[in-house]
Formats: sequence, C-alpha cells, structure tokens
Amino acid sequence: MDTPLTANIRPGEPPPDRRAYEAAGGYRALRKALHDMDPEQVLDELKASRLRGRGGAGFPTGMKWNFIPRGDDAPADKYLIVNADEMEPGTFKDRHLMEGDPHQVIESVIVGAYTIGARHAYIFLRDEYRLCGARLGRAIAEAEDAGYLGRDILGSGFDLTIRLHTSAGRYICGEETALLNALEGKRPIPREKPPFPQASGLWGRPSVVNNVETLCNLPHIVLNGAQWFRDLGRGEDGGTKLYGASGRVKNPALWELPMGTPVREILEEHAGGMADGYRFRGLLPGGASTGFLVEEHLDLPMDFDPIQKAGSRLGTGALIVLDDRTSVVGMLRNLEHFFAQESCGWCTPCRDGLPWTERILAALEAGRGRAEDLEVLEMHCRFLGMGKTFCAHAPGAVMPLQTALQYFREDFRRGIADGH
Amino acid sequence: MSARQPFLSDAERAAVAELRGHYPDGHAAIVEALKAVQRERRWVPDEAVPELGDLLGVSPHEIDAAATFYSRIFRRPVGRHVISVCDSVSCWIMGYDGLRRALEAELGIRYGETTADGRFTLLPNCCLGACHRAPAMLVDRDLHEAVDPGRLRALLADYG
Repeated sequence: MDTPLTANIRPGEPPPDRRAYEAAGGYRALRKALHDMDPEQVLDELKASRLRGRGGAGFPTGMKWNFIPRGDDAPADKYLIVNADEMEPGTFKDRHLMEGDPHQVIESVIVGAYTIGARHAYIFLRDEYRLCGARLGRAIAEAEDAGYLGRDILGSGFDLTIRLHTSAGRYICGEETALLNALEGKRPIPREKPPFPQASGLWGRPSVVNNVETLCNLPHIVLNGAQWFRDLGRGEDGGTKLYGASGRVKNPALWELPMGTPVREILEEHAGGMADGYRFRGLLPGGASTGFLVEEHLDLPMDFDPIQKAGSRLGTGALIVLDDRTSVVGMLRNLEHFFAQESCGWCTPCRDGLPWTERILAALEAGRGRAEDLEVLEMHCRFLGMGKTFCAHAPGAVMPLQTALQYFREDFRRGIADGH
Repeated sequence: MSARQPFLSDAERAAVAELRGHYPDGHAAIVEALKAVQRERRWVPDEAVPELGDLLGVSPHEIDAAATFYSRIFRRPVGRHVISVCDSVSCWIMGYDGLRRALEAELGIRYGETTADGRFTLLPNCCLGACHRAPAMLVDRDLHEAVDPGRLRALLADYG
C-alpha cells in the first residue's frame, strides 16, 4: 500500500535531515517543477488530481489556487500561508507530519509558492508545538544552505523566503481569515468573505492558506501525476488520508490509509476495536466540530461526501470514540466548554449562545436540568447553525450537540431533575 | 521617547528590533515581540506595552488588543514553571479529571494559581495534539504524554 506522506516517518527516531530526505527522493519534485514544468502545468496537475483540503473543509485545492491572479499583470506580492495551527480537539496528524518529516513540509511549501507565484511564505504554527517548531526551523535553515530557498532557487530565477511564525494560543486562529489577521498582528477575528484571501489576503495581497497535510500531497502529485494520486483513493476522492483514533479503543494511533477507507476498518482493524470492558456508542469522525456517527454508519467510507450525507463531516479524519462508560452529556459539556471559551466574541450568537449551552449541559450532567432544557439546546442548534453567525466556529460547535440530541436523547433526559 | 530609564532591557529591545525586520510592518511582529518579553520575564507586565508600541511603531492599544486575546501571553506573574494541562475531549475521556485532581492535590493550588514558593503555575490548555497518548500536559516546553497521575511527583521533580 502506498503511504507517500509518511514513508520517511519513523516514530521515536529523529526526522530525516536534508541529506537523508534527499536520499529518499526528497526535493526531486522541486527540481522537476522548477526545471521541467511551468507553474500553470503544476496547477493543471493539481486540479486534475482533485485533491481536497485536509484541514477540515474539503475544498478542492486546485480550484482554490486557481483564483490567485497569475501572469504578468498579477501583483508582485503574493503569499502562501501554511496553516499549522492544528488545534481541533482529537487531531494530531499535522504534528506527526511536521515532527516526522519536516523537509517534506518545506519542499511542499516551495513547490506551492512556485505554483502560485508567491515569493514569501509563512508557516503559522501553534505555540504548543515546540518540537515541530524546532524541527521546521532546522529544516528551513538546511534548505537555505542547500539553495532550495533564497534567490534564484536551483538556477530557475524563482525566489522564495519562508518565515516560521509561532502563535500564542486560541483555536480561532486556525480559521483562515482570522489567521490572516493574526499574522498581521491584529486581533484575530475572522474577516468577512468576500473578498476571499486569493483576491485580498495577507496585507491585502493575493494569498492562499492551506493545511499542512493538504500541501504535503503536492510534491507527490508533481512526481507521480494526477492519475496516480486519484488511484490511491478507494472511493470518490483520491489520495491517502491520515486517519486517527482516540478514546477507549485498544490501539489509539494514526494511520495513513487510502482516502475512502470504511469507518469500521479504521475502528476495528487499525484501532483494534474497543478497549476491554468498553462498548462502542458512537464517534466524531473528524475532530470536535463534526457530528456523531453511530453503529449504522460504520460501513460508510471515510470520504468527504458520504460522511456529509450522513449528517456529519469528514473534518480532520480524527475519530474520537465514545464508549458506554463515558457520559454523553459530560462529553458534550466538555466540547461546548471548549467552543465557548474559544469563541472570539465578535458576533453575539456565538459569544452568548455557546456559554449558554455549556451551562445547560453542566446542569444536565449534574442531574439539575429543567424540563425545557432539551428544547433550549435545540433552539441554540438552530440559532448557531450555518449562516447565522459570522464564521463557521459556532456551526461546528453545535454539530456534535445536535447529533447527540438526535442519537442519545435519553441520556440528556436523564439529566432533568425530578419534579420540574 | 521619554528620558526615563526604559523598562525593557537592552536584550529585549534588540530581540524586538530583530523581529521587526522580518515583516513589512511593525504590527506583524507584535505577537512575537510579546513572546520575546515573556521569554525574559515569564510574563508581560503592563509597563512593557507602551515601549513595545514605540519599538514597533504602533499604538499601545494595538499591542494590548493582541496581548489580551492570546491565551499563552501571560499578563500576570507566573511561577518558574508553567504546567498546561490538556482539557480537551480525548484527554477528558481518558482520565483528565483524575489528572487535574492529582495535580491540584500535589501542588496545593487550583487553575490560575501559583504555588507559594513560586515554582509552579497551573493552567488548563486546549488540545495538545497528543490524543492517542492521553492524558497529556505541557510543563514549560516539554510535552508529557500518557501521564500517570500516581507518578506526578517524580515527573515534577525535574522542574526545580
């Protein structure tokens, strides 16, 4: 089975340095792109691969990049920004890629910047990922020394600098327009769209923001072609995906598997099924901001469209497993505490609605709920849904709540105090 | 600039000037400048804010707008070591409550507090990306995974 993204990663060992990465075929894609392909050819290959964003939204990457102005009339300053602000609860895939094979990230950035004509790239890294920061920093320095960064890279006439920016907390910074504000040093509140970042992004210049895992596919697409990439997938979408599992399973871990691997296969074969003494009740398929899937969904492929049709989202592909000995209401209280705390506070439904849900869930968890609480929670699920708030934070926050009310309603009812 | 003795040290001022050079305008260096001050002092006192504004050519209010937003910019004194306990969902499922109770009992403090000897500050933190090796916490820059609440004393002994 092809595992292009993790082929060089040996957990517990230091990552390949520049020479080891080159010996494993690294920076060949960069040479091929710079010497044998013009940027439009790389973009055509990317579009043909139908790669979809691995950060959670699943937007087609080639289409996203296609909106960047290119050619002689395009603005001189454009930016490629790597979203390495991985903070979706349950998710640890980008950390694995950055710690395990930092040069793959750097090569991906260089090829991506060449494709859109950016001369400056920023890696926006969360503060807590210290080992990632150290290893990326070293990889950037090694790439500079080898002439992969700087002026006239490999004699191509293409110039690029990469700046590693380490942030200082707050989940909202992973929202791409909040991230742009954060990079500019402004209070990181999401921006209104349109204009989209490709038209007016960092400092008002054309910019693309891409997730780490998304970008890491690019060198492999350049080397092996779009058809190879599409054939890697088992379902509609191409490529591989880093799937993870956490919670009370036998073997919580991360695996690079074909896109479209069925949920059950990940849960039972790779994660080893439930830990002894625990039974499966449901799971969040792609981090905290995705809706529950239950037994009836386990044969679905972990692919964007099938999971969406089941009322959830593929998200980051990080399964968070709910067992029969964990309180559903407690889990939701934990999730909504997170989302309430991490709301940027800009728009009222999110700022006021999420703490309200957290208070109700805490009361239900303590057995002090009121008879109308379930309806109030459902009201919030409507008021905080897509289109009702400034960004996707609150709609993501209520997805697990709405689906939990649907699948585990009795658990909530049991939290209502007698006599009310 | 006032004629008074500057609050920030020469080393801090040099670090901020260096960071300023990486970006097209001073605003973009705000977060890293705040972190440079925090590296020296472990927190960012109010007195640093106007001086950072002067060094970066931005209003002190803009410094504060960033400094009050980020959870990992500390605006009150912290201990010699900061313990950041992951309180997100996977760790919660895997025994976060027990780890928190054990830390509070061992240190005799609650979230947001610092031990009387100034050694440890205890804080909750969003998902640390160690969901497969939960529960997890950071002590300063070090990630500790699959933390056994029964063995905290030995773990913390490394932080004097």
